[in-house]
Amino acid sequence: MSSDKVLLDYGSGGRASQRLISELFLKHLGNPELARLNDAARLDLRGPLAFSTDTFTVDPIFFPGGDIGSLAVHGTVNDVAMLGAEPRFLSCGFIIEEGLPMADLERIVASMGRAAAKAGVFVVTGDTKVVPRSAVDKIFINTTGIGEIIVDPGPSGDRARPGDAVLISGTVGDHGLAVLSTRQGLSFETPVVSDSAALNHLIVRLIRELPDIHVLRDPTRGGLATTLNEIAESSGVGCEIDEAALPISPEVSGGCSFLGLDPLYLANEGKFLCFLPEGLAQRALEIMRSDPLGRAARRIGSVGADNPGKVVLRTGLGGRRLLNMLEGEQLPRIC
Amino acid sequence: MSLKILDQFKDPQICRGLLERLQAALDSGLRFMEVCGTHTVAIFQSGLRSVLPKEVVHLSGPGCPVCVTHESEVNAFLDLAGTPGVIVATFGDLMRVPGRNGMTLKAAQAEGGRVSVVYSPFDALRLAADNPGEKVVFLGVGFETTAPGVAATILTARERGLENFRVLSFHKLVPPALAALLSDPGTDIDAFILPGHVSAIIGIEPYLFIGREHGKCAAITGFEPVDILRSLLFMVESRKAGRAEVVNLYRRVVADAGNPRAVQVMNQVFEVSDALWRGIGLIPASGLEMSEDYAEFDAKREFGVEVVECPPLPGCKCGEVLKGKIRPDQCPLFKKTCTPARPVGPCMVSTEGSCAAYYKYGLD
Repeated sequence: MSSDKVLLDYGSGGRASQRLISELFLKHLGNPELARLNDAARLDLRGPLAFSTDTFTVDPIFFPGGDIGSLAVHGTVNDVAMLGAEPRFLSCGFIIEEGLPMADLERIVASMGRAAAKAGVFVVTGDTKVVPRSAVDKIFINTTGIGEIIVDPGPSGDRARPGDAVLISGTVGDHGLAVLSTRQGLSFETPVVSDSAALNHLIVRLIRELPDIHVLRDPTRGGLATTLNEIAESSGVGCEIDEAALPISPEVSGGCSFLGLDPLYLANEGKFLCFLPEGLAQRALEIMRSDPLGRAARRIGSVGADNPGKVVLRTGLGGRRLLNMLEGEQLPRIC
Repeated sequence: MSLKILDQFKDPQICRGLLERLQAALDSGLRFMEVCGTHTVAIFQSGLRSVLPKEVVHLSGPGCPVCVTHESEVNAFLDLAGTPGVIVATFGDLMRVPGRNGMTLKAAQAEGGRVSVVYSPFDALRLAADNPGEKVVFLGVGFETTAPGVAATILTARERGLENFRVLSFHKLVPPALAALLSDPGTDIDAFILPGHVSAIIGIEPYLFIGREHGKCAAITGFEPVDILRSLLFMVESRKAGRAEVVNLYRRVVADAGNPRAVQVMNQVFEVSDALWRGIGLIPASGLEMSEDYAEFDAKREFGVEVVECPPLPGCKCGEVLKGKIRPDQCPLFKKTCTPARPVGPCMVSTEGSCAAYYKYGLD
């Protein structure tokens, strides 16, 4: 590349764009379908299909445990997988602020390439726009994913039933706190690292062995509490969660108490909630714990018919209270 | 203090023991009020509220600084956010507090106002140093906990010759608010859980009038369930014995004498003034304004800020909630037109407000 910064020319569609495509995108994301550089990708898929899109605007673009590139792959791969599907292909759209260091762009695209390879998905079509300074903040990435559904009807947010066990695949709050603390320039004695990861291989194993899983959902924005509420609402059931069983790392717990944040409302990018009939819970936990991404999996509660649409938390000292949805964003407190 | 040490103050076993002793000691009801938003949240979040004996009634007082920030004060923030050449620096909690026509700093920011959320007043000082062509106004809201830090920031600004740093001081004082509550014939409170953070600064002396003049018990209390239960047990036993005691049960953090150095810095920069409390009204000698000696940092003087009493919002019962006269769910607007997403009154605005806590955690 001639310049060490991304210039407006690179999004023009002319020779500069072509150079960017061949020297950067094909280098890191390359596969036979993308390399054809046709206007559209030809996909060979068997239906029914799971289809999902997400746009990533995270600030900072690099954070402990990941970056906007790997996050854009993991986020969409996970969303597709949560339908009990095997993610196959991704599209990828970049909106880049003029002046972004070329080294940053390459670092991001290389990270996407590694994340896609690890998840076993192919980026088969893409688009790049470069916009004037301040029109976006550094770089925004949209990814859309498509995958093949393994069981039909499969897991769905409205299928939680009384008698279901509620499992979580690991500790909560890590990604949200890692990003927030980096954004604020705070550092902790033991650094908090994002959990950003592709969950599809573990999900595919789970769903193939236990096709009767009722709900799979990754508690991203709004955190565990918000996702549980969404499921309780759309299924018309009540969830009872045991506070003492919630896996929260000491670093996240300490950092949150320092900043006045509640880890149950912080985003996760490499965890999932699983609702399934009680009798299958033990086997599901065994499968989850056999994978590095589910090592700290736990049963955290159960589903009942009382308090439909609500989530009740049984606290450590035996009290009960509502675990409500997040209102707006969490803001630091005064005292 | 390490977090491990704190675990013993959450221990379910110890809590159960204290609850049993509390139940056994009760010979009449106890209506207790906490006056700190952190206590409000702690009592709900830990589930303590749901396991207290039914004779022990929890009331939430005017202890959330955001909640008691007067509407007219919020209007002053909004005016500043729209003033050319001004960057408003604020703690995050204030962003969603509605002023005139439901307008908030968050909305003012979306409309182009320059508002920056900071974690400490010293961040605002850095903002001033980084923007020498602008005036950075820090919104001074909070109790005795926050005021010394703001005072220290002003001293630093003078030391560094930062001429573009200003503070709009609407700090408020806790003991005069308690005195106003106790003098109100409509309130029915037996005992107070006194705030831990405020007390770490002012110590125990400013609260002694609660026992001496009003014959009520009060305890400076930490924020863990064991702290709160110990205080409740103490107050029940004290009342039973006919004593009106004010004690410090948070000695691991609060010295009886408080923090004289912090008080001195606070008194050096600020002077006591009358203040308007949202939902309550004017309380004499309950606020802090910038003293003459530090006038050059005073946004009130420079921008001609005035606060005036205005009629309460129709239907809103926050005033009665803040005085412990009614529970949040007894307000006709609660959960109907007043929710955390669209708060009508101050108690729903802040996450530490009593209505917001009822909304967020309440099962009843």
